[in-house]
Amino acid sequence: MPARDIAIIGFAQTPSQRDALQSEVQLLVGTITDAVTMAGIDRREIGFTCAGSCDYLTGGPFAFVSNLEAAGSWPPISESHVEADGAFAMYEAWMRLQEGDIDIALAFGSGKSSPSIPAEVWAHQLDPYYLAPLGADPVSLAAIQARALLDTGRATERDFAQVVARSRANAMANPNAQLRGPVDVEALLAAPYHTEPLRRHDLPPISDGAAAVIMARGDRARELCSRPAWIRGMDHRIDPHQPGVRDITAARSATMAAQKAGYDGGPLDVAEISSTFSPQEIILREALGLPAHTQVNPSGGPLAGNPVMAVGLVRVIEAASRIIGGGADRALAHATAGPLLQQNLVCLMEGE
Amino acid sequence: MTERCAVIGIGQTHFKKRRDDVSMPGLLREAIDRALEDAELSIRDIDAVVIGKAPDAFEGVVMPELFLADAVGATGKPLLRVHTAGSVGGTTFIVGAHHVITGIHERVLAVSWEKQSEGNAQWGLAGGRSGGIGAGGAFAPWIRAYIEESGAPEYIGWMVAVKDRRNAAKNPYAHLKMPDITLETVKESPMLWDPLRFHESCPSSDGACAVVLTNEAGARRASKPAAWVDALAVRSELGQFPGRNPVRPQAGVECAHDVYRQAGITDPRREIDMAELYVPFSWYEPMWLEGHDIAGPGEGWKMVDSGETDIDGAFPVNPSGGVLSTNAIGASGMVRFAEAAMQVRGTAGEHQIDGVRTALAQAYGGAAQYFAMGIFRSS
Repeated sequence: MPARDIAIIGFAQTPSQRDALQSEVQLLVGTITDAVTMAGIDRREIGFTCAGSCDYLTGGPFAFVSNLEAAGSWPPISESHVEADGAFAMYEAWMRLQEGDIDIALAFGSGKSSPSIPAEVWAHQLDPYYLAPLGADPVSLAAIQARALLDTGRATERDFAQVVARSRANAMANPNAQLRGPVDVEALLAAPYHTEPLRRHDLPPISDGAAAVIMARGDRARELCSRPAWIRGMDHRIDPHQPGVRDITAARSATMAAQKAGYDGGPLDVAEISSTFSPQEIILREALGLPAHTQVNPSGGPLAGNPVMAVGLVRVIEAASRIIGGGADRALAHATAGPLLQQNLVCLMEGE
Repeated sequence: MTERCAVIGIGQTHFKKRRDDVSMPGLLREAIDRALEDAELSIRDIDAVVIGKAPDAFEGVVMPELFLADAVGATGKPLLRVHTAGSVGGTTFIVGAHHVITGIHERVLAVSWEKQSEGNAQWGLAGGRSGGIGAGGAFAPWIRAYIEESGAPEYIGWMVAVKDRRNAAKNPYAHLKMPDITLETVKESPMLWDPLRFHESCPSSDGACAVVLTNEAGARRASKPAAWVDALAVRSELGQFPGRNPVRPQAGVECAHDVYRQAGITDPRREIDMAELYVPFSWYEPMWLEGHDIAGPGEGWKMVDSGETDIDGAFPVNPSGGVLSTNAIGASGMVRFAEAAMQVRGTAGEHQIDGVRTALAQAYGGAAQYFAMGIFRSS
């Protein structure tokens, strides 16, 4: 069995914002510096670094290479990069720590959606032979998923609006949120459709941002942090790509990832989940088996700020921060990739 | 508590300029099926898949592993996508091995690929719309600096090209096979990026490479010999800043010393039997021999000149024909690891070197700033 005594001891994130003036590297420099400062370590103690980003979002091949500047890669560092959300970079770094020869690892994720046209970029994430020629953008696909969910009778448009209202209300306490403030469910339901049955508020904002976490092993984690967020399990799974060959009102790979990460449906104080569109919160609550009492997305979640490629790692940070702060004993974080929750990652964390 | 990691299955596609006989999923599956057949396993036996390729812009698909999930047999399993520029194939192997070494998974498939004919790789390498100078244009000044510093004669680059293209003729999967190539052929080929001539530069290929990795128990169950992973390391550094030595990047030096230390090697030139080094342009053979402290300063080109790196030399380099003969960029790093593993397993066929017990694999990427290295042993 792999070592399980790995914890998050430091983290940082930028505010989620539209049209950030800083470059991706600039967003990362401050974020990584803040995470290192919170962990109370010397940057040179980091034994492994893993980055997550997307070339296409930045608009150039090898875009991630410049982010090495922010990672502090001189003298040379032991480092890797995943073409994925920072949460998957964290998975690789968590795995690397389990080899036992290093004590501290850094993972980060970053992306700027503002300079691009997300509907065009993400249409290129679909099967190039059968789906991409249709030009289906994430919003259109999410609307199909929402319609399918409504047709099952498991949710109503009012449920979608309630998810949004709670997200905006929760986000009022989150200084990094992009969309916040009290909203009335009736007023939301009175808004016109954006892509039926989704209204504009059911969609996430377009965001730029970055996030970083520092993990440490065993006694080193206890030395550096009075109440580390211990990672009890982490796993990710993927479903078939074609929406037509899976039940898009379920997220089978999210269920598998939660189980493999060791979540048994027991008591859970907080869940921070990557429900990018409001109906996905309803799907994910069921898929992950979240108890009714669990506080879901107390940060406001992706509907309040969606820095793609960092947003999954932000979920981990929001969950971990509540353990480190003493407000929660057990928390689950979820990240996703691909069309309609195709790939899902779950990280289960506890206090001492 | 960590596990030993072994390679029990290796598969490659035939590499060509244009594999328009297969789709992207078909290309990957060709390598995967060969690796699984070699490992005597089926796709159902695989616990997790790690996939690597260079920029998505080469094929024009964002994170193509998502649509490839079914083809690579990853549905219901973990699928992790690695991208560390040209070194990615090596890094993908290493990330796959971490899954096994940590005991998280028992049987892992690592696959790396590129189907460059789907797009314009030169455009991608040159930074797309930002209009850079391309890989050859980036490396040529550093190669010139090496020549100036070492005093190497111009024909050293031609010798590497002749050796690698002739070696490729012994490798059924290689792209460019030129059994009759001579120094004259290389010398008379057009100058692309001074001092690099056409035949001193890698081709643009379509292809994939896959390996099946497992732990000691899994390797003992396999009927064929395994290649044991004895050391793995990665290093990255900034690509440009005042004081950087791009001819002998510090990340390459430290990465090499890390794997030598892990493997207990103090004299790599004597203790390592052969190497598969990432040589996309001829001069990188002597540059890496020195950059990884296999040869002393100014001695790398003399190893080439004396025939020491020939397939029948004392320290053979790239008996497969190397990147100079076959370059599906995302796959190339993994091919180095796979070919080194094949040599210690004794399964390299016509380009097998007798009695290989210790083999070195290396891949590099970016502005010679990403390094992935591994050492394989036969026992």
